[in-house]
Amino acid sequence: MLVGTWPSDAYFVRFDNDRGKRLLIVPPLFDEANKLRHMIMETMRALNTAGIDSALIDLPGTNESPEPLPEQTLHGWIGAVEQSCKAFSATHILAVRAGAACVTAALPCLLYAPHSPASQLRSMIRARVLSEREAEREVSREELLAEAEHEGITLAGYHLSADMVRQMQGFFVSEVNSTTIAQSEIGGAPLWLRAEPDHDPDQSKALAARIEDLMS
Amino acid sequence: MPADEAGELPVETELALRQVLQDVLGLSDERVSELDEDSGLFGDLPELDSMAVAGLLTELEDRLDILIEDDEVDGDMLGTFGGLLDFLVAKRSEKAAQASRDS
Repeated sequence: MLVGTWPSDAYFVRFDNDRGKRLLIVPPLFDEANKLRHMIMETMRALNTAGIDSALIDLPGTNESPEPLPEQTLHGWIGAVEQSCKAFSATHILAVRAGAACVTAALPCLLYAPHSPASQLRSMIRARVLSEREAEREVSREELLAEAEHEGITLAGYHLSADMVRQMQGFFVSEVNSTTIAQSEIGGAPLWLRAEPDHDPDQSKALAARIEDLMS
Repeated sequence: MPADEAGELPVETELALRQVLQDVLGLSDERVSELDEDSGLFGDLPELDSMAVAGLLTELEDRLDILIEDDEVDGDMLGTFGGLLDFLVAKRSEKAAQASRDS
């Protein structure tokens, strides 16, 4: 397993043995990326054993990326995924959850439990409304959204630009050139729902096996 | 709404609620089956913070095909398993009644 900033300042974790099947992995967005990272890493290990190279990118502004998050947009992330695909010579893309909004149809895409950024934003705003209420400050979703669309907003510790907020509301997951892997095919409880991050080795094995099938 | 649907609604809703709570909180089958109407939720379970509650409600909306407004979320609704279940059953009954009026 290799880690580091490669090929430029983009951060990758990768299993790279110059093999013919090369999978670029687009993580889920924001807090779901933390909840699913262990599962994704173990899936990459299983794919390595199965003869498939893989690279997990950090979207600019997230995780170890040196870029400032408040300057990022979904359009920018699509561009970053395209560049990473070229740098890694990817043959396929796996996008997890709302990461599915950051892919284009240039390569065959596998979408694991795809989720729209609009739904994720809705849930993040709800969390903010509830935490404000706990602190005895009443603020409505509409007020927060109006402010967010003009000035950006911090939700769950992530500072989102106004452009990011607007784009999250209007983006849909593309079904062109893509195959969906539903959670029901993997089995077990969805790990992105867990209040505390958890791991289930069987789910990583099942996801790797399904990816191997779809890439053969 | 036909009587048989009215009878099934609470049972189905309770099953869905137990499943979502199990998924969010990582409860064992035994622990989830022990939840009764007085079991405390928000305020009693430290892992059920505002982020987890938001995720829980969004998942319930998806699985039960309902829309929960933020101003409907309060201590009564989230305080106990029974309170949340009553709220969800009422929401689904409203939606079914609306659908039958529209058809």
